[in-house]
Amino acid sequence: MYNLLDILAEIPDPEIPVINIVDLGIVRDAKMISENEAEIVITPTYSACPAMFNIEEDIIKLFKEKGIKANVITKISPIWTTDWITDEAREKLRIYGITPPEKGAHEDHLNIPKKCPRCGSENTRQISRFGSTLCKASYQCNDCLEPFDYFKCH
Amino acid sequence: MNPLFNYLLKVADDTLIFGQRLGELCGQGPYLEEDIALTNIALDYLGQSNNLYQYAAKVQDLGKTVDDLAFLRLEKEYLNCQLSEMPNGDYAQTILKVYFFSVYQKILYTILQVSEDAQLAAIAEKSLKEVKYHYTHTSTWIKMFAGGTEESKTRLKNAVENLWEYTAGMFAETEGEKDLSQLGIAPNPQDLYENWKFLVAEDFRNFGIEIPENEFMQKGSRTGYHTEYFGYILCELQYMQRTYPNCVW
Repeated sequence: MYNLLDILAEIPDPEIPVINIVDLGIVRDAKMISENEAEIVITPTYSACPAMFNIEEDIIKLFKEKGIKANVITKISPIWTTDWITDEAREKLRIYGITPPEKGAHEDHLNIPKKCPRCGSENTRQISRFGSTLCKASYQCNDCLEPFDYFKCH
Repeated sequence: MNPLFNYLLKVADDTLIFGQRLGELCGQGPYLEEDIALTNIALDYLGQSNNLYQYAAKVQDLGKTVDDLAFLRLEKEYLNCQLSEMPNGDYAQTILKVYFFSVYQKILYTILQVSEDAQLAAIAEKSLKEVKYHYTHTSTWIKMFAGGTEESKTRLKNAVENLWEYTAGMFAETEGEKDLSQLGIAPNPQDLYENWKFLVAEDFRNFGIEIPENEFMQKGSRTGYHTEYFGYILCELQYMQRTYPNCVW
């Protein structure tokens, strides 16, 4: 008997390799549908997340190595939210230098300060609402001056 | 004629052409952070188009792919609004265009997310989160332009005058759209338009911008008739697929 989620957790997010696709909440379902065939349901983070193509390929490749044929299905609904990112993954993001998103919030209604992932200061400023990937915005710490990425609530 | 297929093209072609136009600014933005902002928004648009074309191809059921629909139709088969074709112009015009479109998309997707068509509803719900963020970004800039220097105010005023007559075109109907509206699949475009005018008027009042008195509106959006700019956009957009048929990335 395979533990499919354990296998899937070996696959890092292509753009933020410190967290895996299960931690990120992209994997919505995984089950064996016959002796050597699995059905994996994934959901995109953003409509245009370019990593989705890689993730599908990575899943098929990894399962093939284990002798399983993976059928990957992409479903949009229910729509992905940053609330699905596990607490463990949030801490991994912070250590990696990305401020994790708040839970249960929408970015537009969010007035709480973004904590610097390096020194923990709340005295930070937004440099750009956008960043190097669709899921991030750019900030800078006013105390330690470190520029950092912030994972937007979505 | 399939009304749902037409409707999906209408929504998808808008985001495709808006995305293509913003993509022109890749590496040319006024400064690095805004360059990234514009291309991020462009990428969101392309993702939305991709989801919609995928569904349209399924609805059409002729074995077409997303690429066929995006790259291999003729000019008259595109149902995007003429506003999407307008040149980027200066930064006031670039931002104002996206602002007008974001207000429209916000209302559109809010209604579509409870559409009787489950797949369209899912795509709308997904896109709405992205569009809200575009609205926040562009309305912040417009507020800044409106409260800025004489130069920024003049440029914003010029942009409003240039683009205003193309705004009604966003709400032009496609063939069969009324039937979809009666089935609860798509919203009534006239209601959308009233809603849009109300929200823009409210924002403009807050920003201190005047709405042009001239009520003239350009006609022909979503009928296959385009502005003179469209041919050039298609040339660039379709170049690779026309020159190297079936090439893949």
